[in-house]
Amino acid sequence: MAPLLRVENLKTYFRTYRGLVKAVDGVSFEINEKEIIGLVGESGCGKSVTMLSILQLISSPPGEIVNGKVKYEGQDLLQYKSKSEAMNSIRGAKIAMIFQEPMTSLNPVLTIGRQLTESLEIHLHMSPQAAKERASELLHMVGIPDAKSRLSAYPHQFSGGMRQRVMIAIALSCNPRILIADEPTTAVDVTTQAQLLELMQDMVNRFSTSLVIVTHNLGVVARYAERIYVMYSGRIVESGWANDIFLNPRHPYTIGLLKCVPQLGETRQERKLVPIKGLPPNLINMPATCAFLPRCDFASDICRSNPWPSLEAVGENHYIACYYHKSEKP
Amino acid sequence: MNQNDSGNVVEIENLKMYFPITRGLLRRKAGDIKAVDDVSFTIKKNETLGLVGESGCGKTTTGRCILRLCKPTSGKIMFNGTDISAMKEGQLRPFRSNMGAIFQDPYGSLNPRQMARTIIGMPLIIHGMKKKRQYDERVEELFNLVGLDPSMMTRVPHEFSGGQRQRLGIARALACQPSLIICDEPVSALDVSIQAQIINLLEELQEKLGLTYLFIAHDLSVVQHISNRVAVMYLGRIIEIANSRELYENPLHPYTKALLSAIPMPNPVIEKKRTRIVLKGEVPSSATPPPGCHFHPRCNIAIDECKVEKPQLINTGNGHMVACCRV
Repeated sequence: MAPLLRVENLKTYFRTYRGLVKAVDGVSFEINEKEIIGLVGESGCGKSVTMLSILQLISSPPGEIVNGKVKYEGQDLLQYKSKSEAMNSIRGAKIAMIFQEPMTSLNPVLTIGRQLTESLEIHLHMSPQAAKERASELLHMVGIPDAKSRLSAYPHQFSGGMRQRVMIAIALSCNPRILIADEPTTAVDVTTQAQLLELMQDMVNRFSTSLVIVTHNLGVVARYAERIYVMYSGRIVESGWANDIFLNPRHPYTIGLLKCVPQLGETRQERKLVPIKGLPPNLINMPATCAFLPRCDFASDICRSNPWPSLEAVGENHYIACYYHKSEKP
Repeated sequence: MNQNDSGNVVEIENLKMYFPITRGLLRRKAGDIKAVDDVSFTIKKNETLGLVGESGCGKTTTGRCILRLCKPTSGKIMFNGTDISAMKEGQLRPFRSNMGAIFQDPYGSLNPRQMARTIIGMPLIIHGMKKKRQYDERVEELFNLVGLDPSMMTRVPHEFSGGQRQRLGIARALACQPSLIICDEPVSALDVSIQAQIINLLEELQEKLGLTYLFIAHDLSVVQHISNRVAVMYLGRIIEIANSRELYENPLHPYTKALLSAIPMPNPVIEKKRTRIVLKGEVPSSATPPPGCHFHPRCNIAIDECKVEKPQLINTGNGHMVACCRV
């Protein structure tokens, strides 16, 4: 079965006065129907830019999608102009997005109801009355008590977790095929995070939507995602089934990332954390070699003299971009 | 500063910090935000006490009270055997050099117009180090101590990365050789791969310099890793204190259990087997906390008694204290 969305060799560059920033540099991945995938990486590795590029929400200039294909049900979305009718009918209706900061992504001067009905009226051509009813249904579904009267409330009257629930309701209002959640839980507390993640899983099951969870927190995707993509400085360095990524990571970056997070139930007497040395690279004017090279414990001469390796299979559906696995298993 | 006999660096008894809510033109008092409501604990020398809880539960305010950045409404704060809870600014000055603070936001807590060496050296000047040579030596020593290259001394904060800035914050806190350091969410603004570097640095410094930490954070897995004992706060009260290992293996309070189960683990096999207790509702406002046990509206084992009676912290043995009438 063909995947629902296939991104091929996507490149998004930003031209800044200090040089060219290759924020996304040849990213390929796919999402199948009703699947939950995770995209993991540190801040500045290009996760959000990848997702914004899919929906063509990159401001240009300075940003530009220079290459690649975004195939949604066989049609390449990048052939449409960002503000074209065709793109507008996809954005929000077929592919919806939840953003990190629920306070800034909701309009503070419009009521929750207005923001919920807007997309219903535009995409589903509902009458204002029908849209309002649907909106209160949606609010009720995402667990906001007394939904009907809350429609006339403003975002500031909601708490952080509630706002993110409203965002989920807005994103799901047009019954999209794909929901992209960009760091949906970083601004909220752990107990709220648990509530929101359970809610999202519940919702995508009910609406048979595919879900992309973009996060820097490895724990968040471990429970929900079936497949994981790990990104580092604009590229995917490892991808595979969640079990393989977490239990048998092969790329030195993924290995390092798993070793440097404290796990529950471990005190410092039992296991000292092993940090990844150095700093994430500056994306301006990157060298052609592997970006992880300066921080890598397994670096060898092949790595220093060759360009960035491409993804190669190391197992069933398990790919890494590294020269090291050829000589021996890290 | 003479050590008292008990070996406790900090002893807090019934600490209360209320912030008044004022209303109207005459700023009449309409109520209180009970940010910290009757909190007691002790921190031994060389120990790390972790303080966890969700945002707004009073963790930071507790830390600020110990630093005496705010004057508590009532209660006792014993620092190395002296009660500092009601002292005036002038009296506090000698104690201040003995406590340090590391703040959450490495961007906001450093003056963007000062050079790194000025930022780090400021406490030395304030606490009366007058000799230029001694001062320069100490600043260089501090740079080396936190793993920064002394050649970066003349840089300004924006030239440092997040992790390096947090190292500057640590160096500044260490400048006057304090015995106690309040770490207020020192790693939550950092990237995962940098977090481990800072956690390891804090652990090494503690061993090397014999420091005592109060480690405030919302991430229980980080707190549990670094702390000897962990205190869990909810709406201004401490609901459970235990040895870090014990708290993980044998949590007694229903809130602690929910908090532990809500933390995601980076291991899909364990994750899928775990049962997750998802709490209903949200944390109530600390201006109008529910009567009795603050947690009862969200608790799954609450009984009628919980709505009336305020549970006391009870020792269940081995220093494990819990405030719940169902335990």
